[in-house]
Amino acid sequence: MALLEVNNLKKYFPIKKGILSRTVGQVQAVDGVSFTLKKGETLGLVGESGCGKTTVGRSILRLIEPTSGQVTFNGQNLLRLEREELRKVRASLQIIFQDPFSSLDPRMNVGQIIAEPIRNHLKISKSEMRNQVAYLMERVGLHPEQMSRYPHEFSGGQRQRIGIARALALNPLAVICDEPVSALDVSIQAQVINLLAQLQEQMNLSYLFIAHDLSIVEHISDRVAVMYLGRIVELATDRELYQNPMHPYTQALLSAVPIPDPEIRKKKILLQGDVPSPINPPSGCAFHTRCPERKEICSREEPIFQNIGADHWVACHLM
Amino acid sequence: MAKLLETVDLVTNFYTYEGVVKALNKVSLVVDHGSTFGLVGESGCGKSVTVRSIMRIVQEPGRIEGGKVIVYLDERDKQAGIDLLQQSETYMESLRGDRISMIFQEPNAALNPTLSIGDQVSESFLFHQKKEMCTKIYEDLCAPECQLFYPIKKIQQAVYGMASNNPYAVSLKIMNKVPILKRWQKRLKKEAKKRAIDIIDKLGIPNPAQVVEQYPHNLSGGMKQRIVIAIALACNPVLLIADEATSNLDVTIQAQILELLRRLKEEVISSILLITHDLGVVAETCDRVGVMYAGNLCEVADVKELFGNPLHPYTRALLDAVPKFSVEKELKSIEGNVPNLVTPPPGCRFHPRCPRVMGVCPQTFPEMKEVKKDHMVACYLY
Repeated sequence: MALLEVNNLKKYFPIKKGILSRTVGQVQAVDGVSFTLKKGETLGLVGESGCGKTTVGRSILRLIEPTSGQVTFNGQNLLRLEREELRKVRASLQIIFQDPFSSLDPRMNVGQIIAEPIRNHLKISKSEMRNQVAYLMERVGLHPEQMSRYPHEFSGGQRQRIGIARALALNPLAVICDEPVSALDVSIQAQVINLLAQLQEQMNLSYLFIAHDLSIVEHISDRVAVMYLGRIVELATDRELYQNPMHPYTQALLSAVPIPDPEIRKKKILLQGDVPSPINPPSGCAFHTRCPERKEICSREEPIFQNIGADHWVACHLM
Repeated sequence: MAKLLETVDLVTNFYTYEGVVKALNKVSLVVDHGSTFGLVGESGCGKSVTVRSIMRIVQEPGRIEGGKVIVYLDERDKQAGIDLLQQSETYMESLRGDRISMIFQEPNAALNPTLSIGDQVSESFLFHQKKEMCTKIYEDLCAPECQLFYPIKKIQQAVYGMASNNPYAVSLKIMNKVPILKRWQKRLKKEAKKRAIDIIDKLGIPNPAQVVEQYPHNLSGGMKQRIVIAIALACNPVLLIADEATSNLDVTIQAQILELLRRLKEEVISSILLITHDLGVVAETCDRVGVMYAGNLCEVADVKELFGNPLHPYTRALLDAVPKFSVEKELKSIEGNVPNLVTPPPGCRFHPRCPRVMGVCPQTFPEMKEVKKDHMVACYLY
């Protein structure tokens, strides 16, 4: 059974204007996203900036209140829960934020930062708390002696480790990783990726791994979903997606990733123009304005997100 | 191939409150005419400081303390090297944006939000090509097709005739201060804008005539980066320095910009010095690569040689740390962190993280050695 099930999730941000702040339009940041996350699995969510990946992650936790849709976690519909119930659920559904520099309070020391979720949810004594924090710090590769230091004394990679320790403090079932390594250098990036993989194995965690870097997502994920302009256009197991991409957008995206090997000179599919504005997205298939293989039907009808076999889902009229 | 740019033992320090940051420790590199040189490394390793030192735009509290930056602008004349660090600031001003130009990292910060795109692009024409433009306008005015009223035509011919001889003459400077007489520049600005439209058009931006009237906030990130490239290319530079030109862009836009740079290199510019942290970008665009670590250049080689046969332990570790498609093995990470450059490790700066550290490594800094033909490494293993 699926641990997390997202059904037709939508988030529209209103655009307000004038002294009466009338709503004059909507940014359709997430427009009908559905997927499931199984226990112990990593689902990668990729897309270019502005496609709504982060909004999906935050709407699931209700850090942003979604407009409509259904999010079922462990049998409970998160969007129907009251405040207090939601707080309890969040103990087992945690998030790691993108920017390790702004997601840690500069006025709290590391011990306090990691202890905060524990203090919020459990009633345990001070010495027990200390032991728990020390254990967590060791687990993510920090020295427990650094407990009384402040975030500015740490490098980017170490700060991201603090963020991970905080997310794992309550033994969650699933963690939403919102671009956890995009602010880090390659050598540090590899450390954090390896740490995440190792923790997943030990604690049987599920990850929703949001990133824009396809090679990292391919490395860590079991299944990958590709987003474009608020919708998922393709979803498949990682090997299937990378070897046999069906959607023209996925094909272009994969071909655009530079490969660190000068012997391989692959043919690139160059997309024309930029991502359209989500304020008034193109009619029909949102990708038709840049698609190299568009047909007449693409601008008229929205394609259905369908299974084309082997758990490979695509939303395209060409299929 | 003939050398275009050579830095010899470049040393740049930053005098901060915490102490002296030794950002560059004797960096020596050579960029040839007609090649693309890639400079890779992690953040804080001194890539940007290297090129800023070359352009002499290191910001306070940084100071270039030693070394040479020699440019050979003429491909045929191998003796005529100019040491940029010995030149006057006026000379540097006339060189920047003209013979050597630079694309900055963040297109949002590189463009002025209060000036229109047209004004920003035409600025480099007004600065570097004033004389050519005045001469061209003077010729246009003298041509029989020119239909201006007799006195105005005569006056304009006189002014532009004077300007084409010396655009910085004292009388013109005085005229520029007087409100009504200042208007003689109108024609000049129009000409500069025409050239700006031409160059924007060349970079494949749709509707250039409309874009020049717009402001930076009207454009998308990829479009802004193209404008920044247009400004850099305005005066047909010999060397284009691209400082993380594609780092903040999405992959599909990055592919567009890299393709554009490749095309421009063949058609217009002679050489590119590309700075990036992305090894994939280097593999796809560069001919020769230099790897930097903590203010040192640790390995320089041709791109195929470097990726096929990396010699320095840091280069190897860096290549292993990058995730590759369809390779299902654990990533090899480099233990530890990039050192603090206020108190860098003694000897080889990589030795605390190096898997093959030896007794000699912490003592003295290894010199660059040519291990194979065109393959230089600074390491005691070789």
